[in-house]
Amino acid sequence: MSALLEVSGVTKRYPGVLANDNVSLTVNAGEVVALLGENGAGKSTLLKAVFGLIKPDSGEIKIGGSPIVFGDTAGVISRGVGMVHQHFQLVPVMTVAENLILGDEPKRGIFINKKAAYDEIIALSKRYGLEVDPDAVIEDLPVGMQQRVEILKALRKDVKLLILDEPTAVLTPQEIDELLVVIRNLANSGVGIVLITHKLHEVMAVADRVVVLRGGKLVGTTSPKETDEAGLAQMMVGRSVVLQVNRTEAKRGGVVLEVKALEVRDDRKILSVKGVDLQLHKGEILGVAGVEGNGQRELVEAICGMRHREAGSVLINGVATKDMHPHAVHEAGISHIPEDREKHGLVSNYTIADNLVLNQFDQAPFAKGWIRDLNEIAKNAIATVEKFDIRTPSAFNTAGSLSGGNKQKVVVARELSEELPVLVAAQPTRGVDVGSIEFIHNQLISARDKGAAVLLVSAELDEILSLSDRIAVMSDGKIVAIVDSKDADRNYIGRLMAGLDK
Amino acid sequence: MSQTKVAPKEVGKPAKNFDVGSWLIPIIAVLVAMALAAILIKLQGSNPITAYKSLFKTAFGSAAGIGATLGKSTPLVLSGLAVAVGLRAGLFNIGAQGQLLSGALAAAWAGVSFHGLPGYIHIPIALIIGAFFGSIVAGISGFLKAYRGVHEVITTIMLNSIVMGIADYLASHPLREPDQFLTRTSEIQASAKMPVYAHLPLGFFIAVALAAVIWWILGRTTSGFRIETVGRNRHAAWYAGISVKRTVISAMLISGAIAGLGGAVETLGITYRYAPAFNLGLGFDGITIALLGRVHPLGIIPGAILIGGMRAGAANMQFDSGVAPELVDLLMALILLLVTAPLITRFFKNSSNKSMTSGWGN
Repeated sequence: MSALLEVSGVTKRYPGVLANDNVSLTVNAGEVVALLGENGAGKSTLLKAVFGLIKPDSGEIKIGGSPIVFGDTAGVISRGVGMVHQHFQLVPVMTVAENLILGDEPKRGIFINKKAAYDEIIALSKRYGLEVDPDAVIEDLPVGMQQRVEILKALRKDVKLLILDEPTAVLTPQEIDELLVVIRNLANSGVGIVLITHKLHEVMAVADRVVVLRGGKLVGTTSPKETDEAGLAQMMVGRSVVLQVNRTEAKRGGVVLEVKALEVRDDRKILSVKGVDLQLHKGEILGVAGVEGNGQRELVEAICGMRHREAGSVLINGVATKDMHPHAVHEAGISHIPEDREKHGLVSNYTIADNLVLNQFDQAPFAKGWIRDLNEIAKNAIATVEKFDIRTPSAFNTAGSLSGGNKQKVVVARELSEELPVLVAAQPTRGVDVGSIEFIHNQLISARDKGAAVLLVSAELDEILSLSDRIAVMSDGKIVAIVDSKDADRNYIGRLMAGLDK
Repeated sequence: MSQTKVAPKEVGKPAKNFDVGSWLIPIIAVLVAMALAAILIKLQGSNPITAYKSLFKTAFGSAAGIGATLGKSTPLVLSGLAVAVGLRAGLFNIGAQGQLLSGALAAAWAGVSFHGLPGYIHIPIALIIGAFFGSIVAGISGFLKAYRGVHEVITTIMLNSIVMGIADYLASHPLREPDQFLTRTSEIQASAKMPVYAHLPLGFFIAVALAAVIWWILGRTTSGFRIETVGRNRHAAWYAGISVKRTVISAMLISGAIAGLGGAVETLGITYRYAPAFNLGLGFDGITIALLGRVHPLGIIPGAILIGGMRAGAANMQFDSGVAPELVDLLMALILLLVTAPLITRFFKNSSNKSMTSGWGN
């Protein structure tokens, strides 16, 4: 039997970049292959080639033993290749059942045969052990459930090879565990799976084989049995990555940021921050741990003036800050690495140089009165690109041309450049490659050592544990406990996050 | 720092929103449009070569022709610039037509009513009044967009009709030329008529200078940066401390003022009075020209000259080759279609990129 997917010697050159350099890999039925690599390592190019979206300069791609034709994406899909995207392709106002049958509806005459659709969906979800409520409306479902619908949608088309693109980026830890079980079950039922992810422990947990790409080259194939997370990280970046951050004892000063009885509503107008009190000291990192969706995002946005404060106040050095005015809050002394860097952090078709001065564009030295000082902006950009190791051919390329990790470095560089008393970092390393993670972690620590009060919010418990001096655990909109990181224990915090302990 | 020599001009590079491929696209669009129109001319039984020759010879073949072309181009540069400024801020100002009409009528009123002023005072005052009224009309849309969330396409289109109605009324009643059969205002005072220097109309130089000023403002000033940032990512603009509301309103005010100035220049430089149906379409032509000029303040100038030249040469072309002057409208429609087609394909490609490729490790 031939392999499900056979990539042999694929090379793709873009002007100035060798995106794929003689890459070969195979995926067999019933196998989970993790595709691992830093941003910009060539994963995207390889997948586009597999779907026939780009034509490799050389090499061949076979699905089920026969070569694919460039441009024939429909043909690739009809041969049983399915993909679950990071951004779901679902109609939010329609039900699960409607989404699942969309585009290929069972019909009776000109009408949709709802009965047949239901039967089919229930059979499908039983077969793969993926329970869904056919009548639930997509937008009411948690993200993990929406993803499950995505997976079912792919499976309904008789998928033999399923590609999952960073599927856990949006999930809570519980949902991740469930997903890993689902992946394993699918593989056991004979589906070949390609898992693209940054998260090494997931790779260790579920993959049969790990394929590592770096700089367009396949640097190795290994398996979780043969290596560990540190070994994988090293393969990805080609050097040893300190996942455990070295940091000295915090030199805690007085209270800089004070949050008092803060109440905030989420987008659905539901109260999601339910009376939070926090005191953030000079020279410390306070980590906010919690399962995503327990009010952390709303807390950060309210502190930074991006979301209306229903009640309570946010004070910097004793002075209350303005509600719903991000710039006033910034002026008052808070730098903010926003969670959604594409939406708030960057203007992707501006140059890196312009993005680096985005919140200081009208201040000296970047503007003299009404006129922008392009020389100062350029000088700043060239120096920052070097200092923050932003990987780009030039500081005048667009921010959109950067990989995720380098985009984040631009945001971090900008927010740290003013050395304000408070730094709020929301998910600072989400979707960022290992090399950049290390860099960003060190920047946070050095900001702390220079005396900044850092509020770190992250869905990655390991990140919180390794960076924070104190850890506030958030559950159901409240801070349920604040513990010293010396006394923090993974299990104990996990139980607090889940709302089990008090 | 190792590098001191930097390239500042790259930093302030204006928007790439509308950058599709290169400047070749508008050129190709124009050539393809002319080829397609040639087929239609042929089918109609005329000779396309004769028609085009006559069209361009009239427009560009003599000093007088070039003067007429630049005269026709002047309001087009300004209406194109008006649309372009809006697009820079992410606003689709379809209302350049209405803003231009209000500017044209206001300038006519100022040109007729003010007596005894020297030209160097009368003309600027009339131009400013025209720009002011255009600005007010566009400002209404800007205000509704910023504070009520009403889409500017809807309000500018509606205001087009409203302005046209009001302007018709004013031109046919209170401002009507006395004892005249025609519905139109009186002719403006001689002091308000814009001079022509050796076939070259003053208005054209004003329009080109304004385009250069707008280009400089967008690329080099903090106000321009605000407009560009709001146009590209208003979430990031808000986060970075730019007032999106204020920027939207000021962009519309500027856009409307430029369109109003376009109308005023038309009145003071060409028509010398306001008559309903005189200026029809100039504002809409601005959309074609803005896109043909790739939403670049300087890029619209050659676009406007091309369209203006075709308008100037159309009548003679009919005389020489029998091809109706409506050919120019046909050409413009084809050009608009061909210029926007890559934008549209890119738009769809972008939206499908979101689903097909985002997050693939980039």
